[in-house]
Amino acid sequence: MKIRAQMGMVMNLDKCIGCHTCSVTCKNVWTNRRGAEYMWFNNVETKPGRGYPVDYEDQEKWNGGWEVDRKGKLKLKAGGPLSKLANIFSNPDLPELDDYYDPWTYDYDKLISAPAGKDQPVARPKSQVTGKDLDLQWGPNWEDDLAGSAEHAIHDPNFKNIQEGVKQEFEETFMMYLPRICEHCINPSCVASCPSGAMYKREEDGIVLVDQDACRSWRFCVSGCPYKKVYFNWNTGKAEKCNFCFPRIEAGMPTICSETCVGRLRHLGVVLIDTDRVEAAASVENEQELLDAQLDLMLDPDDPEVRAQALKDGIPSDWIDAASASPVYAMAKKWRIALPLHPEYRTLPMVWYVPPLSPMESVGSDLIREGGDAENIFAAIDQMRIPMDYLANILAAGDVEPVRRSLTRLVAMRRYMRDVNLGNEVRPEIATDAGMEPHELVDMFRMVAIGDYDDRYVIPKRHGEVSPNAFAEQGSCGIDFENGAAVPGLADQTGVNAPDPYGGALAAARDNVAPTTGALAEEKVDPDFDVRNLLSHHGGPEERHA
Amino acid sequence: MTATAAISGPVILYVILPYVALSIGIGGLIWRRKTDQFGWTARSTELLEGKVLRYASIVFHLGVLAAIGGHVMGILIPQSFTDAVGLSEHNYHLIAVFGGISAGLAVIVGFVALMYRRIKFPRVRVTTTRMDVAVFILLGIGIVTGMLATVLNIGDAVNYRESVAPYFRQIFILDPDPSLMTGGGVMLIFQIHVIAVWFLYALWPFSRLIHAFTFPINYPRRSPIIYRPRNPRSTRGKKYGSGTPDYAPSISPESSDESPRVPEKVN
Repeated sequence: MKIRAQMGMVMNLDKCIGCHTCSVTCKNVWTNRRGAEYMWFNNVETKPGRGYPVDYEDQEKWNGGWEVDRKGKLKLKAGGPLSKLANIFSNPDLPELDDYYDPWTYDYDKLISAPAGKDQPVARPKSQVTGKDLDLQWGPNWEDDLAGSAEHAIHDPNFKNIQEGVKQEFEETFMMYLPRICEHCINPSCVASCPSGAMYKREEDGIVLVDQDACRSWRFCVSGCPYKKVYFNWNTGKAEKCNFCFPRIEAGMPTICSETCVGRLRHLGVVLIDTDRVEAAASVENEQELLDAQLDLMLDPDDPEVRAQALKDGIPSDWIDAASASPVYAMAKKWRIALPLHPEYRTLPMVWYVPPLSPMESVGSDLIREGGDAENIFAAIDQMRIPMDYLANILAAGDVEPVRRSLTRLVAMRRYMRDVNLGNEVRPEIATDAGMEPHELVDMFRMVAIGDYDDRYVIPKRHGEVSPNAFAEQGSCGIDFENGAAVPGLADQTGVNAPDPYGGALAAARDNVAPTTGALAEEKVDPDFDVRNLLSHHGGPEERHA
Repeated sequence: MTATAAISGPVILYVILPYVALSIGIGGLIWRRKTDQFGWTARSTELLEGKVLRYASIVFHLGVLAAIGGHVMGILIPQSFTDAVGLSEHNYHLIAVFGGISAGLAVIVGFVALMYRRIKFPRVRVTTTRMDVAVFILLGIGIVTGMLATVLNIGDAVNYRESVAPYFRQIFILDPDPSLMTGGGVMLIFQIHVIAVWFLYALWPFSRLIHAFTFPINYPRRSPIIYRPRNPRSTRGKKYGSGTPDYAPSISPESSDESPRVPEKVN
């Protein structure tokens, strides 16, 4: 057993309102530069839809990720090192710019500089690559909120093997949002695809980065990533990707996409991974067993043996405490409500998703108010508008069971807490029928429904004393772009970065509500914990019925 | 060469120029390797245009590799060696002409297609720098003169293995004889070819051509998944997921001075 800490994220799709705030803040921080205009380290897709880049989920077309060969050996789907070296003059699987979109701006100046005339002046779209006029045919979120779905959504690769077929009738349409960042996989195929060895996982937190100094523009990482979350900067000739906002993470702050999420649907935490068994877990023959294999890698941070080994492997004790308070571990493994995106790519992704509930198809039924017995919940789940098969194709390699379990528990939590909230008699069987303990449902409620800042983000700070020489990393940690990352104004003419624009105030402000580690875990099993106390704080039954 | 030799035209072109070019070229490579790892890239444009590139790039690069092999055989390997292994002059020439023409055709077709692509597609055009243009011109001259020299010499009028080749090898033993290049028989086209390529060598380290000195030779041998500690060390290692030697923190992790903060009870 060799334990490493791994940062992870859970996104609760039930809360996503598709506002794109995460995308915008991310873009303003990281990809607001020449050569990076088309990149969205974070993007939000409407599902069903073709996604960004187009049809990226269709690995028959793009050959991303891994597969197991006949002998059960894990190999890159696009071919191993020798095949890559043979294709080094042209990468056959590389998307072109038009598969993403030609980034554009508008010549706004026309609006005020145009001479007086009969007609209103018009700001025309101009390509940010060539500066020429564009005839817009496709763009970021072109299919937002099912726009043009008759044309596009039917091509969604996740409809394969769905018996019900594509629901094109207006009354039967369904949709959901899928925010996506780099998965910071435990078994990243981009890293394995890089001929130069420029991509790596950080030992300390598993964040996947591109060494800008070692990248030689072979582009196999771009095609090797099945999520297409490594991008090629056509200006610098280097690969770039989401870096999990590691400068913020190291300071104990959440990523910018999480921090600014309006729906507060993102959760960040550390899990302890047994890295000795990664290859075996990714090589499990049956795709639908990959989820369990991955969960098996995520060790119980409250197990004394695991803690001892983790300390031995050099993981600081406050990180281990953080792992036991980790929302990612809780949602993915303890409660099993979060699922990985396309586990069948065998990359063991570390951004997990709680599947969304959706309205009932039949009029008059209600997920939450129906009686509380399990059969009823199962019947209700099956009537939801988003087909379970469809969710299963996205989050569980086509296996509906994990999706059903997750949705069942979400509904059970609502029913259970409704009784608590209304002062009805509490029915523990709602929990047990869903395979959970009542106190677990309450913990879950605290995490997903209330979601206090410190519960959502449990981020241990970087240990500077362990790796003191940050200067040695210059150029190799993924944020040394041509003119520095984003906000060109922050770098002065001499190339020396301006002082911290916040003057340290941000870090100080954050420290006052600093994420805490360790104590939360104990509180979770506190038998005296009364959810009514919690609720009264948020306007609970006492106040309401007063 | 004697110290009294006049600085004549041939001396400038065939003695001074090569050493200046090689000094700039090799020195430049070292300098750039040390100072500009970030700029060390092929500056691929496949993202911007892939369909023409796919064929043009493969044809061009394979042609170039074949042409380099031909130059090694014709220029670096002495005639005495091929004679010794029993390859007659006639047979050598047959190989050189057929091999040279096919490699040259591939290079020309690939190069023309790549230039067409660079001009035709605005996205590719905007990525073109002035240095690119200079390199393309020198490459173009080198390619055209090289092809012409091969074709015009089908009749074996110039045995370059007795003139150009010895001159080239003499450069490396610091004793080049420029008269080998200017002496009777070496056609002008050979001379232009040689001079253009010296200029190309001088530009090499400052242009996109540096990608030729990058070949991921270690890729097949390294671990698929690479882990790096915050202080990067070697990235080699065979075992899955063990790109670096195991890393032990220099101080006990338990001595963290950050005491966990207890959240205020919500009540």
